[in-house]
Amino acid sequence: MDAVTVHRLQFGFTAAFHYLFPQVTMGLALLIFILKTMARRGDEVANRAVRFWAKIFGVSFALGVVTGIPMEFQFGTNWARFSRAAGGVIGQTLAMEGVFAFFMEASFLYFLLYGEKRLGQRGHWVAATLVWLGSWLSGYFIVCTNAWMQHPVGFEMTEAGTARLTSLAALLTNPWAIVEYVHTMVGATITGSFVMAGIGALYLLRRQHETYAKRFLSVAVVVGFIASVMAAMPTGDWQAKMVVNHQPPTFAAMEAHFYTQDRAAMILIGQPNMQTLHIDNPIAIPGLLSFLTYQHWNAEVKGLTEFPREEWPENVPLLYYCYHIMVGLGTFFIAIMALAVWLLWRRVLATSRWMLWILMLALPFPFIANTAGWMTAEVGRQPWVIHGIMRTAVASSENVSSGNVGFTLLGFMGLYALLALVYFALMIRIIGQGPEK
Amino acid sequence: METIWFCLLMFMLGTYVVLGGTDLGVGILHLCVARNETKRQQVIRSIRPVWKPNEVWLIAAGGTLFLAFPTALAVSFSGFYLALMLVLWLLVLRGLGLELRYQLPDVLWRQFWDVAVSASSLLLALCLGAALGNVVRGVPLDEHGVFFEPLWTNFRVGDQTGILDWYTMLVGLAAVVALANHGALWLNACVEGDVRDRANRLAARLGVALIALLIALHGASFVARPEFRDGLSARPWGVVFPVAAVGGVAAALVWRRRGKAWRAYFASCTALYAMLATATVSVYPDILPARVPTYALSIEMAAAPRSGLVDALYWWIPGIIIVGAYFTYIHTKLPKTIREDG
Repeated sequence: MDAVTVHRLQFGFTAAFHYLFPQVTMGLALLIFILKTMARRGDEVANRAVRFWAKIFGVSFALGVVTGIPMEFQFGTNWARFSRAAGGVIGQTLAMEGVFAFFMEASFLYFLLYGEKRLGQRGHWVAATLVWLGSWLSGYFIVCTNAWMQHPVGFEMTEAGTARLTSLAALLTNPWAIVEYVHTMVGATITGSFVMAGIGALYLLRRQHETYAKRFLSVAVVVGFIASVMAAMPTGDWQAKMVVNHQPPTFAAMEAHFYTQDRAAMILIGQPNMQTLHIDNPIAIPGLLSFLTYQHWNAEVKGLTEFPREEWPENVPLLYYCYHIMVGLGTFFIAIMALAVWLLWRRVLATSRWMLWILMLALPFPFIANTAGWMTAEVGRQPWVIHGIMRTAVASSENVSSGNVGFTLLGFMGLYALLALVYFALMIRIIGQGPEK
Repeated sequence: METIWFCLLMFMLGTYVVLGGTDLGVGILHLCVARNETKRQQVIRSIRPVWKPNEVWLIAAGGTLFLAFPTALAVSFSGFYLALMLVLWLLVLRGLGLELRYQLPDVLWRQFWDVAVSASSLLLALCLGAALGNVVRGVPLDEHGVFFEPLWTNFRVGDQTGILDWYTMLVGLAAVVALANHGALWLNACVEGDVRDRANRLAARLGVALIALLIALHGASFVARPEFRDGLSARPWGVVFPVAAVGGVAAALVWRRRGKAWRAYFASCTALYAMLATATVSVYPDILPARVPTYALSIEMAAAPRSGLVDALYWWIPGIIIVGAYFTYIHTKLPKTIREDG
């Protein structure tokens, strides 16, 4: 394997593993804030729920932090040529994340976890709020960094081949960043809600901690329903239109739409065949792609073959599958949460065992959907590291050989396997103890 | 503007060394000063609420390096690839240890994480010291302005250097002793009982050893990098920093013996800032000196375009003021002394 491939494998692996944790913590941070706000009115069930979820939050947060630090360092260690070219711009957002978000989260997390007595109820609520704001702010700066790579704005290239920031305001209000941010945070909220609902359902099915479990469910399915709907409409729709307008070959590849057509069909299931440039075994809805893209059933949608081959994303099938997995699961999430909310409204959710089973078993799927979504964004941006400006092939550290990266990639795999085991063991224990302890 | 950002960067790194260094030092001494579970809990309790925000200074310094000197980040991080990866893994282990040791009340679980915290703290201090040593000694930059250092070559300070050679290992050792001393002074100031007595006794020995090491190090630096002499003659005022470093450690020794524990700790803080300032002045105006001086990376060459640097000052200064407010708040809310039975 050439060095760039190994650099990419390592970055992809460490990023995918890392993001399993922030999506839980960002989602739960919002839910904990909601529960803590309920608790402010003297609601003791909500307050105990906060203490229980803070435990899960604390362990997940620790994992997120320790796997996040390598992400920031890898810009320099593995992507030196990219860092040199882009540092003048994305150095701003990454440094801001440290100064404005990390300090806020790190300073108040301890108080959220262990400071209830010392700070009193009002102080504890402030700590919950600041941890929530800090984690969501951190999300903004990272998404803003990624958005600049997807759709670079507010800069000019110097003769030396480095980006010079011309407008900090433009960088921070990049329309791509705003759309990507809402979509990402909604995704994290879905994960948090499914985790909370899934554990609530588990307790109800086992007839344990029922008062608390009902509270988990009622908060989680309402928030989860709103978030699941928002993931599709409007944020998913906005995001897709961003891609149509600014990365048209990527959009065609996501849909595996090979040939320009009027009344383009939306593929639900099917296997892209890169030898024949067709979809094998397609199940498709005629005209839907035209409608969703241009609000017109007969509109023409450009196909992938319209673009020169060197602008195609390198791995069309992977991109297509990631995107379809995300959209497919997202559709299920809306259906599951809509059903759950309806049962909650009818006051039978806690006794509908079939629904509880579904909610419990659905727990892992938002992680898959969020990972698939990020892979759609990142695989879709290829062959570019900065879209239209710099190719990934020339972005890695040319002085770090593939053997050295291979060594650290294996090291990360071993270390992260250990982390995963420890995390599962601790989660099982915390969930086993329950909210009454 | 580049010089301003170089100073701000060094201030952030220095603050990490002072605050995060306390936690590293406490980690290094953890197994020596606390021999049973209650005492170990007491030691960890003294840093547990603050180690995360303290460590953010390192992360934020990394962000600031990216912001202000992207080329320096790119060249040095990729050049020190293996050492940095090692640092990352150690940060992972140490962070987990501090957070997860409390999660299970199991003897083996806690012993495992105690040893992991101690070992990773020691190795981190060694690595960070060695990294500083590498920068001060100069790295084998070539005509394209890049380098890649293996972890070690022949342990000599020649042209094809490794990350570890006799000089950088000496700096690493000094860093371990300096942070252990710093951690001992912290424990001496804020915990009570047996742990405090042990830390107090350790600080006496560590302080003396550190003074000897620092003096040896200053001599060794002239051997490892002869250009020092030119730097010193160009900026003779720079000599105040090494003097302040040694003086700070000595003052800490005196104050600790007189029972002024907090004053001794703050003297050690000053000494650590002064040590980093010594290194800063010795490399300036380079950010990454080279073994072949003409290939050195100066702060001007490494800096991001000026417009971005000016913009960044407008948010960086208020940002750091807010951070100061967080730290003040945290420290007013935490107990001043950590009892054994807390």
